[in-house]
Amino acid sequence: MTDLDAFRAETRAWLEANCPAECRGPVESEDDRVWGGRNAVFPTPAHKIWLDRMGARGWTAPEWPTQYGGGGLSREQAKVLHSEMRRIDAHPPLASFGVWMLGPALLAFGTEAQKLRFLPEIVRGEIRWCQGYSEPGSGSDLASIQTRAEDRGDHWIVNGQKVWTSYADKADWIFCLVRTDPEAPKHLGISFVLIDMATTGVSTRPITLISGKSPFCETFFDDVRVEKENLVGTLNRGWDVAKYLLAHERTMIGAMGELGGGRPLGQVATGSIGTDDDGRLDEPMLRARIAEMEVDAAAFRLAMERAGDQVKVGQAHPAIASMLKYYGSELNKRRHELLMAAGGSDALEWESERSRGGKAARDWLRTKANSIEGGTSEVQLNIIAKHLLQLPGA
Amino acid sequence: MPLILTEEQTMLKEAADGFLNEHAPIAHLRKLRDSKDADGVSRDLWRAFGEMGFAGVIIPEEHGGSGLGAVEAGVMAEALGRTLAPSPFLGSGVLSAKVLVDGGSAEQQAAWLPRIAAGEAIVSLAVDEGSKHAPSRIATVAERSGNGFKLNGAKGFVLDGHVADALIVAALTENGLSLFLVDPKTAGVEIERTVMVDAHNAARVTLTDVEVDADAVIGSVDGGEALLEGALNLGRACAAASLNGAGDQAFQTTMAYLRTRKQFGKLIGEFQALQHRSAHLFSEIEIARAAVMGALTALDSDRPDAALRVSVAKAKAGRVAELAVQEAVQMHGGVGMTDEYDVGLFMKRVRVLNELLGDAGFHQERMARAQGF
Repeated sequence: MTDLDAFRAETRAWLEANCPAECRGPVESEDDRVWGGRNAVFPTPAHKIWLDRMGARGWTAPEWPTQYGGGGLSREQAKVLHSEMRRIDAHPPLASFGVWMLGPALLAFGTEAQKLRFLPEIVRGEIRWCQGYSEPGSGSDLASIQTRAEDRGDHWIVNGQKVWTSYADKADWIFCLVRTDPEAPKHLGISFVLIDMATTGVSTRPITLISGKSPFCETFFDDVRVEKENLVGTLNRGWDVAKYLLAHERTMIGAMGELGGGRPLGQVATGSIGTDDDGRLDEPMLRARIAEMEVDAAAFRLAMERAGDQVKVGQAHPAIASMLKYYGSELNKRRHELLMAAGGSDALEWESERSRGGKAARDWLRTKANSIEGGTSEVQLNIIAKHLLQLPGA
Repeated sequence: MPLILTEEQTMLKEAADGFLNEHAPIAHLRKLRDSKDADGVSRDLWRAFGEMGFAGVIIPEEHGGSGLGAVEAGVMAEALGRTLAPSPFLGSGVLSAKVLVDGGSAEQQAAWLPRIAAGEAIVSLAVDEGSKHAPSRIATVAERSGNGFKLNGAKGFVLDGHVADALIVAALTENGLSLFLVDPKTAGVEIERTVMVDAHNAARVTLTDVEVDADAVIGSVDGGEALLEGALNLGRACAAASLNGAGDQAFQTTMAYLRTRKQFGKLIGEFQALQHRSAHLFSEIEIARAAVMGALTALDSDRPDAALRVSVAKAKAGRVAELAVQEAVQMHGGVGMTDEYDVGLFMKRVRVLNELLGDAGFHQERMARAQGF
């Protein structure tokens, strides 16, 4: 325990000295997130300093090995770092599909050369990734993808279309599922490849969502050349990589239930509605619903923590990620329904100064995708029924 | 503290499950119920708990206990939830033992802790008065009288109160709440056994001018609130663990049924309507398990948010177990309504555990208060 206490003291002092004031406090909006990459955008110059400092220590990916730029921390140390960051309300220095999704897959399936090339850049936030999985005809039935990679000796030529590619228009590289063997059964002819978005023949088109925003794109591949060295894992076994990575994605989307909140709901509601003489939210019915949701949210945070503890000792069932994804995304939707109720008519303002461009309403609408992206809630329930409950015919 | 059991705790869990499956399976509850047993609880089983070191799990070793913590108490409570065994564990081994460990005088500890640890004594905590758990609305009064106090009031839902060797009574004194160790044979103490819906036991205790000496006070006069709250929080976390045990056992029984029962020429577990509800319930049970581990570990490490975590655990485990037993009966169909099948017993037990020491509403109120809304 004393080692961990010492680590906590050091971490606290370092964060106190190195986390700029601008990077503390609740993250108010999607727009305040730092995604890094070649064309990185920072809300303030301090956010760049914060990313650089954290990246240099590997603390954007605390548990990755140091030889790939990571922090090399144990799980317990990473928990301490996390709790110390929470203590001062430090913003996450980097939001990154590289850290959350591709990195873990490269650590498990990548070649040494791939790890050395890509992981340090991911840690420092110098490369921004997007994910090319879904296609117009392949949603829940992901393994039916049709984007083809034709073998041309030392390279492939890729043709096809991806959809729901998050931030494809802002990403530097894409990790992508392509069909390398059209004759094989659908799960066994897919490969996992990395493609530079600047390659000739790659184009993107943003999709406008019900929130009025365009976090997703269509991505088109027209005779795109992809070097063979950019294959991750075994040829035609990309489904294994995809499944592994989906587990990380599901945990991440699930975690939105924990992280997506900003200010506590009760505070938002009392600020907007007011309290009675006894200090209680002056809407008893809403108050009860919020309290119930907050109990579920607190329990869910503990479940996330417990799942991490199970992973560390090898007790975690891989399908637990489906459970967390299902639960966390449904929870986040519930939270935003309550946020809308707490905001009342103020929250309905779409274009006004007070609403900061309809933030509450747009965030609320955005959450409706949580239970669709990364595998729908219904697909997660199927996975749980089959792999965790072993129900017949599931 | 990681939210998973250590190796030693896992061994305790296996020992507890093994012991209860052998000595107090659900048939044990049925036998006590159907024979209209005079006590409704087995003293022999309680003594066996003592021999196994289960009864005194939280009692320090110098008083004959095992000297373990909240997580271990939760392990025992969960095991008891699985086989539905009536036992003084929660009332005596957790609630009363905790009061005595934290606040008892040397004499009080020496008199009672070794006997609880040995499974010889049953000591019942008398807190609730109205139909809902409300320790802040206690009306029982203890007035100064001679060298001691005179108690007046009425208590209900006193676990195992009808077979108690001693009662711990929460009563108002001049400037606060105090806890009194009361011999149930004292003049003015009336006890009515109340067989509950789950065939477990509680009692109504009426106190009419009950005289006790000054040394009956546990802890300090007017200083009982914190002492009581400490015991209640451990009890609530353990009740939540029992809810998880009962809810999960009902769920497992139901999953086994879905894998064997056929209708329309198919195993009913093949129907997606049932698969999705089962998968949802599985998720809820996992979340509730984490909530309870979060509370038990917080109590063991004295986290400042321990009380809040206890409320999260009790509210969550209560709601989840309630869903689990309702789904159990519904998915069993007609046979789920019969006394012959066990799922109804789980439903009854969960109803009682939910009400005990504060239902989900009580604990969600505490959550709202803690978060300032």
